[in-house]
Amino acid sequence: METLNYRFEQGQRRLAQPPQVVGVVSSGNLEVLIEEAALNGACEIKISTAAVGFGPIWQAVMQDFQQRWQLADTRISINDMGATPAVVSLRLDQAVQTMLGEAP
Amino acid sequence: MNARVWNTLQQNREERLQRARNVLGSDLAGKSLPAARIADLLHAVLENGDRVCLEGNNQKQADFLGHALANLNPERVHDLHMLQSVLALPEHLDVFERGVASQLDFSFSGPQAARVARLAAAGKLNIGAIHTYLELFGRYFVDLPPRVALVAAEAADRHGNLYTGPNTEDTPVIVEATTFKNGIVIVQVNRIVDELPRVDIPADWVDFVVQSPRPYYIEPLFTRDPAQISEIQVLMAMMAIKGIYAEYGIQRLNHGIGFDTAAIELLLPTYGESLGLKGKIARHWALNPHPALIPAIEAGWVDSVYSFGSELGMEEYIRARPDIFSVGPDGTMRSNRAFCQAAGHYACDMFIGSTLQIDMQGNSSTATAGRIAGFGGASNMGADARGRRHASPAWLKAGQEARQGSNAIPRGQKLVVQMVETFREHMQPAFVDRLDAWTLMEQADMAIPPVMIYGDDVTHILTEEGIANLLLCRSAEEREQAIRGVAGYTPVGLARDRRMVENLRDRGVIRRAEDLGIDQRLATRDLLAARSMKDLVRASGGLYDPPKRFRNW
Repeated sequence: METLNYRFEQGQRRLAQPPQVVGVVSSGNLEVLIEEAALNGACEIKISTAAVGFGPIWQAVMQDFQQRWQLADTRISINDMGATPAVVSLRLDQAVQTMLGEAP
Repeated sequence: MNARVWNTLQQNREERLQRARNVLGSDLAGKSLPAARIADLLHAVLENGDRVCLEGNNQKQADFLGHALANLNPERVHDLHMLQSVLALPEHLDVFERGVASQLDFSFSGPQAARVARLAAAGKLNIGAIHTYLELFGRYFVDLPPRVALVAAEAADRHGNLYTGPNTEDTPVIVEATTFKNGIVIVQVNRIVDELPRVDIPADWVDFVVQSPRPYYIEPLFTRDPAQISEIQVLMAMMAIKGIYAEYGIQRLNHGIGFDTAAIELLLPTYGESLGLKGKIARHWALNPHPALIPAIEAGWVDSVYSFGSELGMEEYIRARPDIFSVGPDGTMRSNRAFCQAAGHYACDMFIGSTLQIDMQGNSSTATAGRIAGFGGASNMGADARGRRHASPAWLKAGQEARQGSNAIPRGQKLVVQMVETFREHMQPAFVDRLDAWTLMEQADMAIPPVMIYGDDVTHILTEEGIANLLLCRSAEEREQAIRGVAGYTPVGLARDRRMVENLRDRGVIRRAEDLGIDQRLATRDLLAARSMKDLVRASGGLYDPPKRFRNW
């Protein structure tokens, strides 16, 4: 297991919605919890992953995600079981779109 | 000067037949012999160094004859030159391991790819060349006619007429090439009957018939369980339908074998319907009878399907849909791999399929280090048909895009789409700087790297990141950045020139899901017209009867 933490400051968009859980913890998949949190305008992402050594890829995926959505005061917790970046991005985008009711 | 003898092949054929008659004696009834005498027959008709075509492709296998061949005495028969569409069974390599054969020309060796590489490295197997199907079939008639062909049929009658039925596949090509070069044709049949449903191969092209103790092996290669289709594959299928099928108005097409294209088949009656595309796309197919196409056929999307082979369990469904499939007067389908390969090459506007590796020129390969897998049909489907002359809207549009701004004479182009997730299993990147094919070339001492589809034939690359339209690229550099631009988080994707990629996106060379107006929230398995094997059976009205291994109810 590996734990990765990212924090992106000065987001623009708040998700004033009840917490949302998407995905499942199974091989090649992941579980995502998105919730509102008082973070001084930042978005914090914590990833627990079964696949060790993919830090740089996670960082790039999360940067692109935050660039698309500019989330503020949001905490995202990810339980990953070896999902590809494609699955990670799709799950996150679907969750945020559902909470915002819109596409980026 | 001695006068040249002009009928050595005929004389040699007569000698072989006479040897067989002598050895088999009263066990030979007409053309038929008991299964227990097969080794005696093979020893009698084979000569060292013979070119032997053993029927076996990715579906049906002359496995009884292949087993008998592998167990011949290598002191009596050796150095055979094997010609085979596909090396699928362990016996196919036992002939080399045991020294019965030493030379090989073939197309595909998927399941045995690692062993082919090992035997080649050990010097027990000398590969002439790896071919595409049509190429290998072509050589059967030119410089590689078989002296002996070992084929499989469903049934024979007392005269030796054959019924090859739905899985006719390669049999006509092999038998014709052998018979008309005075070779010997030996066939294993599942049954000998008084009257055949129809005659697929006439008796005078057949020399010996043996009833196999068990039916020939057949692989349900084209059955894809919808339960295994992922949401990413649904998303990519949505992009394919909206960004390519609808964009070009593709009516005639061939699909590859994987889950990516199965997802497209299952999205036609749902997502395709919602876009109002019924009757406008995907009407005529060169395709095996994919069970995943059943919902689209039932919803009225499909006008015709012509097949390379059949598919286990689809027999009754096909019989009940004779307007769609190629069905004989007896009601069963006839396939023909050579004709269907020609159809896929010349009569289709698009090929779409998966691959394992794509390089920065768009070359695509399924060869990986230590595995000599070959090509099968994808290379013929996935190549511009430069001999094509008839026009269609999709073909013309592709040609116009490629020629925009040049004064080249107008012509069309085939759409060749490679559909692949940026990462394969175990986070192996599908996009690479250097194909493993180069390493394989060095290991196996080949003349050229084994490339499945050449980059200059590929028109579109579709990943979960979007579609790269290579027709619109105007330089090698643009092309490379277009490929990097859909290569996601792979090392070559991360190394893209971000400014250039955004520029390509502005020009529509790269189109992402949101550029196509695709709502990613719809990309769930709920969008599949069937989500399980049971759903497919239900959609067929109970006519589809899946093999046991696909049944979980």
